[in-house]
Amino acid sequence: MQPKTLFEKLWDAHLVAPEAAETPATLYIDLHLLHEVTSPQAFQMLRERGLKVRNPHRCVATMDHSTPSLPKNAHGDYPFVDDQAKAQVAVLERNCEEFGITLHKLGSMGQGIVHVIGPEMGLTHPGATIVCGDSHTSTHGAFGALAFGIGTSEVGHVLATQCLLQRKPKTLAVEMTGALAEGVTAKDLVLALIAQIGVGGGTGHVIEFRGEAVRALSMEARMTLCNMAIEAGARAGMIAADDVTFSYLEGRAGVPKGDAWHQAVEKWRYFASDPDATFDRTVTLDASQVRPMLTYGTNPAMAIPLDGTIPADTTGGMHAKALAYMQFHAGESLLGKPVDVVFIGSCTNSRISDLRQAADVFRGRRVAPTTRTLVVPGSRWVKEQAEREGLDRIFLDAGAEWREPSCSMCIAMNGDQLKPGELAISTSNRNFEGRQGPGGRTLLASPITAAWAAVAGRVQAQTTQIPKEFLV
Amino acid sequence: MKPFIKLTSHTAVLPMAHIDTDQIIPARFLKVTDKEGLGKKAFHDWRYLPDGTPNPDFALNQPINKAAKILVAGDNFGCGSSREHAPWALLDFGFRAVISTSIADIFRNNALKNGLLPVVVPEDIHQHLLSRPGVQVSIDLEREYLEIEGGPGTRFQIESFARYCLLVGKEPLDYLLDQDPLITAFETARA
Repeated sequence: MQPKTLFEKLWDAHLVAPEAAETPATLYIDLHLLHEVTSPQAFQMLRERGLKVRNPHRCVATMDHSTPSLPKNAHGDYPFVDDQAKAQVAVLERNCEEFGITLHKLGSMGQGIVHVIGPEMGLTHPGATIVCGDSHTSTHGAFGALAFGIGTSEVGHVLATQCLLQRKPKTLAVEMTGALAEGVTAKDLVLALIAQIGVGGGTGHVIEFRGEAVRALSMEARMTLCNMAIEAGARAGMIAADDVTFSYLEGRAGVPKGDAWHQAVEKWRYFASDPDATFDRTVTLDASQVRPMLTYGTNPAMAIPLDGTIPADTTGGMHAKALAYMQFHAGESLLGKPVDVVFIGSCTNSRISDLRQAADVFRGRRVAPTTRTLVVPGSRWVKEQAEREGLDRIFLDAGAEWREPSCSMCIAMNGDQLKPGELAISTSNRNFEGRQGPGGRTLLASPITAAWAAVAGRVQAQTTQIPKEFLV
Repeated sequence: MKPFIKLTSHTAVLPMAHIDTDQIIPARFLKVTDKEGLGKKAFHDWRYLPDGTPNPDFALNQPINKAAKILVAGDNFGCGSSREHAPWALLDFGFRAVISTSIADIFRNNALKNGLLPVVVPEDIHQHLLSRPGVQVSIDLEREYLEIEGGPGTRFQIESFARYCLLVGKEPLDYLLDQDPLITAFETARA
């Protein structure tokens, strides 16, 4: 038998019809995740054409982008940023009711960022195909799934037929050798990778993350890594499932129990690249050389080690335009830059381990008086778990804001946003111009780096002494 | 689906590389539940100054670029999110084609499903187009050929099924719906 990559095994196992010169493959989709922003027009299309949802049980919806990160107000209402946001959420409720789709509503135990709740509920399975009208669907690839973002037309295709028309992408092996140093996280690893291969470096490819540095990561760290595969332009990012994956999934609501669990694990073990499988391209990265990373520009590839200096222009006009927007110049260090806002959250870094890392920094310290800090858990479950562990007290005692689950300031749709000119360190995934609010300036970093910046009120190396007045 | 066969228009040029979907349409305008009128918000934060008046320095605000149906953009156009609002906004603004040296995967897929043609051209043709904003360009989808008035021409490629759908105005969903027996057979075999 021809050796196959993980991607090829997933692809072949989901072919309803193979591709031909004139027609793409028809690929079966196991799990379709939905949210309020990219689904309304797809449901409307179904209605206009008199179509049903083919498999409502393969669809799961939540609300996360337009939802407030503040609890209900004194009148018992959610403080939506405007009527349009409120209406969009109401439309999702109506659509899910009409078409028989499970919806994790605002305030319910299952609600949260779509890419946080899927794995948390055990809905994300190795060997599965998973789509969502959201580019960060690549997150689910951490479980050995083929998971990618689609547009609203394709959301309609999957609702109506459970299938997508796809041309087979190329494969890119990213071999990560060595071990991460203390204080260096999956976020730093993926920023270093994107800086190496560029924001278009993965275009047309599905990335498989491999090697000892990847195997050593926890499930939540693997999700952070795969989450940002799209920031290198990749169609998807994936990691073959192993015992780390299985022990994360075991006992969760969405996975089989008893004998069926063991059978499932045996089946899932098949979904790994064969030893002799070949990839269209291979990139290597020595994880032991990666240091805490920080972006300085307006795309995620414009990243440097925290204590590095902004490089000279190598990219033509883009670089100069980005630096002008960021109010930085080539050759300078970011250390010591005053930070107005720290945002800890998003589908990249809002899971319980991210919050624990941030809390370790905040414990016994205070947020600098000049820095506003938001901690936004990725899901209701993460929020309650953090509260069981007392992390909320640590954040609140430090002077940070402890919010409700939402995409929040990552995408700035719900009113959580930067003011023009403000500089933020964010644990999110995009530092595009205006991403966190018009005129806002974003530095992407890990939760540890972000938390240190919050207590210092400026960009600083993790080991630097905190001014005494900020200690509780 | 709006058919796309041939298009002749002058170009508008945005030469920056990596124009992301947050620039094409900022996220705060995604709270709509329909597709209409998004052209008003296309490139909003580049197009308007903080006081809401048009930014005179932004290329698409300049008279030479008015009514251009072809956008020539820097490398890796449309990177970022999966929002189909990006091609909806560009179409509503008046564009029917985007030309670059590379176009991000999800954006390209979304554009093709809406009759906005994503055309990838070689570096030399791209340079020629970037240096001549407003030049007349003809795009022939049937022949997969792009011609610059008074300049060079080039072949380009559009995925064969998407090309067929664009030429005849067929909805890809109809093709998928016709595969119902195959889909049922797949589901039965796996059950």
